[in-house]
Amino acid sequence: MSSDTAAGRADKVSRWSAAERRTLLWALLFLSPWIVGFVIFTAGPMLWSLWLSFTDYNPLSGQGDFIGLDNYARMLEDRRVGLSLWNTLYFSVLYVPLSVTLGLGLAMLLNGVGGRFAGSFRTAFYLPNVTPAVAVGTLFLLILNNPNGLLNQALAALRLPTPSWLNDPDWIKNGIVLMMLWSIGGTVVILFAALRNVPAELYEAARVDGAGPIQRLLNVTLPMISGAIFFVLVINTVASLQLFSEVYTMFFGQRTGASAAGESSALFYVVYLFRNAFEFLRMGYASALGWLLFVIVVLITFFQFRLSKRFVYYEGE
Amino acid sequence: MATREERIGRSFVPGVRHPEAVAAAPAPFDVRGLVRRVLFIALLVGFTVLFIYPFIWLVSASLKPGREVFSGGLIPETIRWENYSELFNQQPMLQWTWNSILVSMAAAVSVTVSSALVAFAFVFFRFPYRNVLFGIVLATMMLPGAVTMIPQYLIWDFLGWRNTLVPLWAGNLFASPFYIFLLRQFFLGIPRELFDAANVDGASPLRTWWSVALPLTMPALIVVFVFELKAAWTDIVKPLIFLEDIEQFTLPLGLKAIVDNPSIGGELHFELLAVGGVLVTVPMIVIFFLAQRYFLEGIATTGSTGR
Repeated sequence: MSSDTAAGRADKVSRWSAAERRTLLWALLFLSPWIVGFVIFTAGPMLWSLWLSFTDYNPLSGQGDFIGLDNYARMLEDRRVGLSLWNTLYFSVLYVPLSVTLGLGLAMLLNGVGGRFAGSFRTAFYLPNVTPAVAVGTLFLLILNNPNGLLNQALAALRLPTPSWLNDPDWIKNGIVLMMLWSIGGTVVILFAALRNVPAELYEAARVDGAGPIQRLLNVTLPMISGAIFFVLVINTVASLQLFSEVYTMFFGQRTGASAAGESSALFYVVYLFRNAFEFLRMGYASALGWLLFVIVVLITFFQFRLSKRFVYYEGE
Repeated sequence: MATREERIGRSFVPGVRHPEAVAAAPAPFDVRGLVRRVLFIALLVGFTVLFIYPFIWLVSASLKPGREVFSGGLIPETIRWENYSELFNQQPMLQWTWNSILVSMAAAVSVTVSSALVAFAFVFFRFPYRNVLFGIVLATMMLPGAVTMIPQYLIWDFLGWRNTLVPLWAGNLFASPFYIFLLRQFFLGIPRELFDAANVDGASPLRTWWSVALPLTMPALIVVFVFELKAAWTDIVKPLIFLEDIEQFTLPLGLKAIVDNPSIGGELHFELLAVGGVLVTVPMIVIFFLAQRYFLEGIATTGSTGR
């Protein structure tokens, strides 16, 4: 109920009082940007893209005929769909666990600094995250360059093998994992904030009970920040399934002298989707690819939420 | 000394210190503790270098003659500021910078105002299906952009705004689920009595929003503003989709064009890539240092409320 005094004298016959109706109108006014945006830019496009996925729409001719499930059938036969799914899976399986464990390690490192210096190191760790994706891709084209890039110079100095990060199909994805790990700062900041919220008394109690550092990590730290760990696990998974900008900068577009190996080894799922939609102008097919991605993301997230019920500790439950 | 030990012990870097060791051996010189501390500092400094050094290297490369990009020391033998003027002569860098400023300001202002309106509605008004609607807002956060990308392109194309800067920001007029969620959290923190008091004074909801709610949530509004400023400045997907004429490019798309074709007169110019990388990145670093508190608080808040 609105606190408007008119509410008291409201017409009891009408289902909604004048005050309630006024409140509703105001609410609609305030909500209108989102309602309009939701209809025009989210719900409408979802339905439209579902429709497009059953057509062979080409934006140049503006023509698209209904072709039933042909696009979906074609995906099964398209070798590049399998390849791009494999590349994306390979990347995610390496990147997600590494980003969460390394992120946790760095957050604990920050937590050990204590005092006012922790902030400065946190800033240093986070700086790569404000770097535009195109600049990250450009920077790593130079860093991963063979044989003279920064990384291979360092590896050579340590007498380690110097793979061809941009041309060797076996190493391209590993190089991309390294690049994405460079911008791990967001994960670190979230986990660091969670670590700082763990009550110190818990550690005192654990210590009184004679728990060593490893036991304290396993029995105090990890359970207490399991919510934050789960959160970064989900967002890093969803993000890695949609990896695009950095990789597209490095290996695709109108690159002259682009690495031929990159065309297949760095063909991630969303990159392939984008190429279909905006380079090959197969928008019907690309829409079908989009819906497969949607299903994959929903399934994986659902699975992660199911798992989280067993591993995530929520205060007050 | 003891307090320092305490602090490090309590911080639980794995393996920093056994508390029992303090009790068992209160020796004046603790070798194990010292080794651990040295290891700890080495790790901290090592990782800091890993994160920061590429920036320094990029700046250095941008000031070298092309042939020396991959060789020579960190400090160029002769510093070539000309690399910068060369890039400005070759590409419409000023135009690109201006386009980027325009797009990111418009994007940040519009998404902040619209999301604040919508978030306020979810806190201030009571109306039927409020929670259902908010549930829909949350659900759309999970939607991969790739699903709606093609129809959105067709819509802007239909409206005649392809190859203009409009599609890069105008979608932000319609609020964004993530920011609605974030701002709603902050509006919920305002005591309801303040809104009621404004109501008794005869203020309209719009007035209450503007004069009571917004001033009290300034830090959160700045968080949204800087987040979106960064998101719009760094975005490459929308520029790739919508922009065709070189005069319309944003800085990231311009850099992508330089990456695509870094040769001048048949010679590859890696130093120009470095110059482009520096020019796209520096404004973000400046903004980050100016608004650092808001960036980091925003991430921590959304991270911790996300669980």
